[in-house]
Amino acid sequence: MKKKFKCEIDCANCAAAVEEAVKKIDGVIDAKVNFMMQKFTLEADDDRFDTILEEAIKVGRKIEPDFSVEV
Amino acid sequence: MSAKLRKELRIDILALVLFFAIMAVDKTGLLPAVFDHKWISLLVYLIPYFLVGWDVVREAALGIKNRRPLDESFLMTLATIGAFVTGENSEAVAVMLFYQIGEWFQSYAVGQSRRSITELMDIVPEYANLELEDGSVETIDADDVEPGNILVIRAGERIPVDGEVLSGESLIDTAALTGESVPRSVHAGDEVISGCVNGDGLLRVRALKAFEDSTVAKVLEMVEEASEKKSHTENFITRFARYYTPIVVAAAVILAIVPSLFTGAWSTWIYRACTFLVISCPCALVISVPLAFFGGIGAASSQGVLVKGSNFLELMAHLDTVVSDKTGTLTMGNFSVTEIRPAEGVEERQLLTTAAAVEAMSTHPIAVSIRQRMAEEGIADADLPELSNITNHSGRGLTAERDGSVLSVGNARMMEELGISAPSGSDAATAVYVAEGSRYLGALYIRDEVKPDAKRALKEMKEEGVRQVIMLTGDRQSVGDAVAQELNVDHVYAELLPQIKVEKVEELLSELPLKAGKNAKLAFVGDGINDAPVLSRADVGIAMGSLGSDAAIEAADVVIMDDNLRKIPVVMRIARKTVGISTGNIIFALAVKLLILLLGALGYANMWAAVFADVGVAVLCILNSMRLLMRKQFRLPE
Repeated sequence: MKKKFKCEIDCANCAAAVEEAVKKIDGVIDAKVNFMMQKFTLEADDDRFDTILEEAIKVGRKIEPDFSVEV
Repeated sequence: MSAKLRKELRIDILALVLFFAIMAVDKTGLLPAVFDHKWISLLVYLIPYFLVGWDVVREAALGIKNRRPLDESFLMTLATIGAFVTGENSEAVAVMLFYQIGEWFQSYAVGQSRRSITELMDIVPEYANLELEDGSVETIDADDVEPGNILVIRAGERIPVDGEVLSGESLIDTAALTGESVPRSVHAGDEVISGCVNGDGLLRVRALKAFEDSTVAKVLEMVEEASEKKSHTENFITRFARYYTPIVVAAAVILAIVPSLFTGAWSTWIYRACTFLVISCPCALVISVPLAFFGGIGAASSQGVLVKGSNFLELMAHLDTVVSDKTGTLTMGNFSVTEIRPAEGVEERQLLTTAAAVEAMSTHPIAVSIRQRMAEEGIADADLPELSNITNHSGRGLTAERDGSVLSVGNARMMEELGISAPSGSDAATAVYVAEGSRYLGALYIRDEVKPDAKRALKEMKEEGVRQVIMLTGDRQSVGDAVAQELNVDHVYAELLPQIKVEKVEELLSELPLKAGKNAKLAFVGDGINDAPVLSRADVGIAMGSLGSDAAIEAADVVIMDDNLRKIPVVMRIARKTVGISTGNIIFALAVKLLILLLGALGYANMWAAVFADVGVAVLCILNSMRLLMRKQFRLPE
């Protein structure tokens, strides 16, 4: 499943770092943090999507405390 | 401004006021009891420092924990700690303060340009009026529309999904999608595109697609993803930043240690090293390039041109050769009878009626144009003579029988076979000859008309730096030559089969570096219907008039939503300006940084100058990039 969310991310560098980290989460097929559009796209296994999303937000916060996603 | 930005602004201002108050008291010596004491003085300065810089220090700590030590926060924290250590309390606070103010301004500016781009892209329908089976109307989310649903679109409403008009007529405003200011008239049977605004009429529309497959969703997705396809300049600067920061940090370490070993003036050299750390942040460089391209893509979309990536916009700035398809791109793609030349003793009307009767059942574009002319002349279908035995002779024409005599309508070859020497026609037109038995009746000349703006568009491309325009066509050489002459096209390759067009483009691509230099690029312009392979083979594939054509949107790199060739030079101008601005930003930022590094090493530039080199430059670069968002500058000249 692929879903797009509005997100808040403060700098282009952090967006790239968060994106890299989220991609490494188990079950994530693809992830994008688009700094310019402030959009977070997550493609992950259907049945665990919600847990993976939570995990992704947690991982993102660890790198960039200001990272937030409107679910 | 978001709540978060407002809160940050308040903190920044508070810290700024506090800082200047403390500094004023310190420098004027009003409170010697506090400021003459080293530790108490430090504590006082730490109040505004932590007020404004708490986030930065915290992130620096996080950076170390996550093993990404050379990030901005860490560098700033280290530089300011260094300044405190060397006793430059006020400068330490100033660096942190102005760094934060600069960061605030960056967020504000980026948010601002993001807003203006989404405004340019103001095409998202908010709701749809669904007509239920009992005839009542319910308002639902555009997302929830399913193909086949019947929708009611009232005056002034945005069309939610791509669909087909069932009843009603109206003028619809396509400006948000095409940049075209003249509204388009639609009737029952016409297809309408999501995102357009309905005029005064009421339309009943059957949804053909769900929202996520409709034009609006496709366009938005493309613009969003465009900023992910990075330009060369951006890739270069990201790579550059990867080396720049460690090198400057290493230089700072050397600067702090080596001269101090000889001179013993540790605090002087540590202070100078700290200015290096402040300048080592690559932020101005890294932010300004994508922001410029983002602005350029936004500017193009406000003109009804979708550029599918920063890289393609960059290529558009270096166009040297434009290869264009003929039919449907440079010409209208619909044929019309331009001349009727009857033989002696034959009436024009008789000639036309005969030709139309024989071609009555054909769907060939030529037949369609003859019947169209017939209608224009006021000849009704009922006026046509009755024929029998209509036969199609492939590659020649048609024959039919009337009252025992054979009517022939076809090309020169057909006339030859009948033993008739028909006059040769003009080069640009296709001649259709008509004969009864072996008697020549005359000829109809049929032409595909050149688009009214095509000539001007080509001239404007040349003015924007295109060296040559080349036309490819499957048509006869003489027709191709005539169109080429009318439009001032430089070369024509005619009678090409579709697969040969790809070979031709490859040939031109391989010649390009030799003739025009390494940076020269080739664009192919087509209508996107049969030329997907050529579109993808060219450096830049430009599809025309593609509103609603999925195939074209998929295959092309640049999509011109309406049918206007003159948008190509407009995009070239936007592209050149974008590349100019981003290059200017890089040169400016690097020059200032290098200068301050040099002056800092020699002891002429203090931390205030370093903060300017970092934050001030970033702000100036952002402002420079935002110039692209002033949309008036790129409008088509009348």
